[in-house]
Parts: sequence; structure tokens; C-alpha cells
Amino acid sequence: MPWRSDAPDGVPIPLCAEAAVANSSQAMEPSEEVLKDLHFRMVRIRHFEEEAGRLMEQGKSPGALHLYIGEEAVASGVMVHLSDQDQITSTHRGHGHLVAKGGEFKKMYAELFGRETGYNKGRGGSMHISNVDAGMLGANGIVAAGPPIAVGAAFSNKYFARMEGRDSMNVAVPFFGDGATNEGAFHEAANMAAIWKLPVVFICENNGYGEFTPQAEHQAISDVADRAAGYGMPGVICDGMDAVAVWEAAGEAIERARSGGGPTLVECKTYRFVDHVGLRGIGLHYRTDEELEEWRARDPIPQHEQRMIEMGVMTADEIQAVHDAVMADITESIEFAENSPLPDPANLLNDVYTPTAAS
Amino acid sequence: MTAAEAPAGRQLVYTLAITEGVRQALQEEPLAFMAGEDVAGAGSVFGIYRGLLDEFGPDRVIDTPISESGIIGLAVGAGATGLKPIVDIMFMDFIGECMDEIVNQLAKMRYMFGGKATLPVTVLTMSGAGMNLAAQHSQSLEAWLCHTPGLKVVMPATAYDVKGAIITAAREPNPVFVVMCKGLMALPGDVPEEPYALPIGKAVVRREGEGLTIVAHGRMIHEATKAADILDGEGISVEVIDPLWLQPLDTETIINSVAKTHNALVVHEAVRFGGLGAEIAAQIAELAFDHLDAPVGRVAAPFSPVPFSPVLEQTYVPNAERIAAEARSILGTG
Repeated sequence: MPWRSDAPDGVPIPLCAEAAVANSSQAMEPSEEVLKDLHFRMVRIRHFEEEAGRLMEQGKSPGALHLYIGEEAVASGVMVHLSDQDQITSTHRGHGHLVAKGGEFKKMYAELFGRETGYNKGRGGSMHISNVDAGMLGANGIVAAGPPIAVGAAFSNKYFARMEGRDSMNVAVPFFGDGATNEGAFHEAANMAAIWKLPVVFICENNGYGEFTPQAEHQAISDVADRAAGYGMPGVICDGMDAVAVWEAAGEAIERARSGGGPTLVECKTYRFVDHVGLRGIGLHYRTDEELEEWRARDPIPQHEQRMIEMGVMTADEIQAVHDAVMADITESIEFAENSPLPDPANLLNDVYTPTAAS
Repeated sequence: MTAAEAPAGRQLVYTLAITEGVRQALQEEPLAFMAGEDVAGAGSVFGIYRGLLDEFGPDRVIDTPISESGIIGLAVGAGATGLKPIVDIMFMDFIGECMDEIVNQLAKMRYMFGGKATLPVTVLTMSGAGMNLAAQHSQSLEAWLCHTPGLKVVMPATAYDVKGAIITAAREPNPVFVVMCKGLMALPGDVPEEPYALPIGKAVVRREGEGLTIVAHGRMIHEATKAADILDGEGISVEVIDPLWLQPLDTETIINSVAKTHNALVVHEAVRFGGLGAEIAAQIAELAFDHLDAPVGRVAAPFSPVPFSPVLEQTYVPNAERIAAEARSILGTG
């Protein structure tokens, strides 16, 4: 059993992407390993984000952060099925996607702090955080910019599979919100993926709001999945507050994409527990307290923990040990980031272009 | 076969030089593919990709939906994951449909990611007026692209240069826009049969002279050369410089020429206000002020959309007579 490189010391979390892929043609019943993995990814996201939000609001982290708190089940449920060879594109709310894809806290906090040791050497920050080596093609400050890029990555996946004579393809997964499905780029990407039967799984994180505007005011449908019909691809709805439900829906779609069955639109109904930006936000009252409480009661992490305890997969103590280990990793990583060198202003112009022999 | 052994003076028209450039780029790089609207079955609305589908098949020469954002997004995603996309945006005017993918994704991904992504993307597009195609199919928007860090921009005005520009772009690990000129499609020229590249960022001195430097790009090279002929008859010796690469721009060649001639005139088909000519004139003023005998002149399109009616379009687009008149004005001989 291979072990995860992002697991903190003392927490034996198996790297179960391969296991999940291998078993995915069977009936979708999550193994204990999958349940633990889903939990671990969600816990990592939650604590990473809470600390990142505090650091921003304390003025220690420059710029603006869009936090993923509340939506952890989506990134985790999808990412368990993906390897480093599969690509994702992300959104302005992108930390959770990178964490779930195995992002290292040290390089992530260092990037948020604008340090040379960050994933993007301090050139991107929160809104462009990326790890191309692990197939994370970037958070993106432009709404719906990801889907067309994911279509390009999926085109590559199909092209290379053909060149190398493989039947199984790597998969590209764009994450985007309900608001993004009102952008033309989303529709162009969905259409191209469908006509070319590309290995793409479109994951819509429908959190009910396009920034501050409720879904009912920004589109005339309540299920984004309905849009799939317009492109001749399956549209699936799942409970985005339930990691297992996401894992199941995404797994089926990813398997279909891998084996040449073309794209799927998976809509995950979810909710952001904090504001559009930061933890406290900017004080706009666009959501009622009752609505917030209703969704908080469905917090994906305690829900998943309760299930694991009931199933005898983990004890409360073992669960607490995961939280503690993740927090220890965070403390160490923040210290690393704070003590990391800032970029040298003399290197401002580096990497505008790829150097060539002539230049 | 080396260049020296190539049949001397093989002539190809501009459009066929385009086809040959793309064909050879696809031949030499198995990871290269071409995609765009009607590039495969139809061989492009301009006929410039005819035969490529038959030679390379539908996996490498691909008709896309009419989706410019999708086309550039395809190039970004495919380029960042190991392929070498060559994509076509039929008319340059259509880049308005995909400016986010160009400006915020294609141009910036490498920098934003701290140098950890490579975007070996070639974009071919057809610019310019002269065919009575009106305001949305006739523009020269190269300045939009040159203003965006991360892109390289070449504007070839001869059959030789257009083939070389395409092959250069396809071999380049950075995004390159090859801005072609539809007004030059029937222009013949010497084109070697073998693949060849152009030096990136190197201007071409089209004509040597002593009394005035004309810096012109795209189709205006040919009008500037005609103007130089007219002025030659009046005893005025004109040097004509084609920057060819607008990003990066060969400032050195331009400045050296102005240092010799002491007078400068910048010409382009794009709108004058905020056009490339403004940048070139500013650089001449900064770097060769002491050499100048007169203010730098500019001839370009007026600040209006490209008009439809032939009489209006002819008035709109700069020509040799207007260039010659501005030259006389700079030199005080008009």
C-alpha cells in the first residue's frame, strides 16, 4: 500500500487513488481506506482554510482569500479518484482543490505569503495557486476560465493515449460554480468536450450564489445539471455536503470519461459557510442566519465522522488524532512560510517568457 | 537539402507559403496539431490550409465549433500539458471573442505559476482592410497583443516571411501570434522549399537609404516601398525598415537607421491613436532625440471603424501618396 506524501508524521493515510480507480468498475461502495481518505482530505482543507482566513484578517497574508470552508466534500470526493496524471482546473476559491490534490501546506502557505518558496514562487498568490507537476492547472481569477483549459488538457490526454496505444485515458476535471455556467466560455467548453467525446468531468460546485447574487436571480433553472442536456452529455446531481455521495457520482463519471465514454456534468449542491472573501467577510447581508444554520447543520466533516464511527471505521480518538496531526503540520508550515525568503525584486521579469537558446 | 542547394527563386504566393509553413510545422513535430473554424474540411475560408486534412488526418487537423474562447482555451490546456497547438482565429477581428483566454490565460499562465508552465502555442490570424469587408472583418489589432506581456507577435508581409514566421512560431516554447495580411494573399515571392526559421525580434531592412527612415509593418511595407520609389525620383533617399517582429521589437535596428538618416516616419494600417507607431515614435524620441532633424512623423488610419464603401475604405487606409506627402513635410520639401 503506497502512503501519501502529504500525510503528516504518524498519520498512516493510504494513497488510495489507484485502489479507487481499479475498483471503480464495481458497484460503488467505499472501502474503509476511501472513507478515511475522504475524511483526511476534508480535514486538511478545513484547517488549512481556517488558518489562512485568520492570517489574512490579521494582516499577515496580503491580498484577498476566497475560502472553501463548507464545500470540502466536493473537492475531496472527486480527487480521491484522480492521480497526478489527471488534471484539474480550479476557481478563485481554489485552495481546497489543491489541498485535496495533495498540495503541501508549506508551499501553499508560502505562496499565500508571497514567498519564493511558494508553489508559484510568490508570482501567483491565492487566486493563481497551482501545481502543474501534480496536474493542478491553477486557481483562476476569471470566472469560467477553467473549463476551456480543461478541454485542452483532455484533448492532450486523448492525443497521448492514442499515440501510446492506451485504451485508458487521463481525465481533466474543471471545477466551477453555478455562476460560471452563465459565462460563454463554459458553454463553448461543454460543447467541444461533448462533440469530441473528450475525457472531461465538469464539476459544478453549486453553492447557491454567484458572488452575492442568489442562483434564482442569476439563472432561470435550479439544477445546473439540466444544462448537460443541451450538449448531449449526462447531467448528474449529488449532495455536495456528503463526501461519499460526491465520491460515488464523480467516480462513475470519471470512469466513463477514462474509458472513452465522453464528458459528464456533475452538479454538487453545496454551500459556503463563510463569506465570498475571508472569514468575516465584508458585512453584506445577502444570506439569512436561518439559511446559514440550516446548511451548517449539514457540515460535511462531522457528518462523515459520525458515519465512520457508526461503521466502526475510526474511533473518536483516532479522528481527533487526524485533526491534531493536521494542525501540527499547519503550525509547522506557517512557520516555514513566515521564515521563507521573499522574492528578489531583481527577478521581477523572470518567467514572463520561457527562455530559448536565442534569448 | 540545404538552403544553398534550394532551387533559386522558387516562387510561391503568400497563401501557399502559409500552407507550406503549417504543413512543414506539422511534419517536423508529431506533437503539433492544427485546430480552428473550417480549417480541416474546407481548408479555411481563405484556402490557406487546403490539403492538410488529407495529409495529417482528422486527429491532427481539426475543425472546431465556432467558439473562439474554446479554441484558445484548447490551445492553453493542450499546450500546458505537452502538445504544440497551432490554432487559427479566422479574422483577427474575432479575437474580441477570446481576449480573456489570450490575455489572462495564454499570456500569463507561465508567469503566474512561477515559471512552472510552458505554453508553446501558435495562433494564426488574418488582419487588415482592403477587401471591402467592413468594420468587423478588416481591423489591424496588433497593438492589443503587443501590449500584453507574455505574447510574441510577428506580422509577416512577404511570402518568405509568412512561411518562416509560422515555422518559427511552431518551434517556439512561448505563445506567438502570426498576424497575417489578407491584402497580401496573392503576393508572390521567393520561398525556399525546405523548412526555415526567422530570427525572433530581428527587423528587416527592406531598402537602404540616407535621408529618411520609414518604419512600416504588415501590408504598409509595400506602400512604404512605393513611396520610397516616388521620393527617390525627387532626390530623396529613403531607408525602409520592416520590424517584422512587433513583440519583441528590434529597437536597435530602428535607432541605428535614424542615427544615420536623422529623420523618421512610422507607418501602419492600424488606427493611429495608441497604435504601434506611438511606441516606436516614443522610443526614437527617447533613444535618438539628438539625431533627429525634425519631429517623428506618423501615417496611420484615422480614429474610426474601418468603413465599408470602397471610396471610404480607400480614404481610410494609408497609401504610398500619403506616406510620400508626410515624408516631404518632415523633410521640409513639401
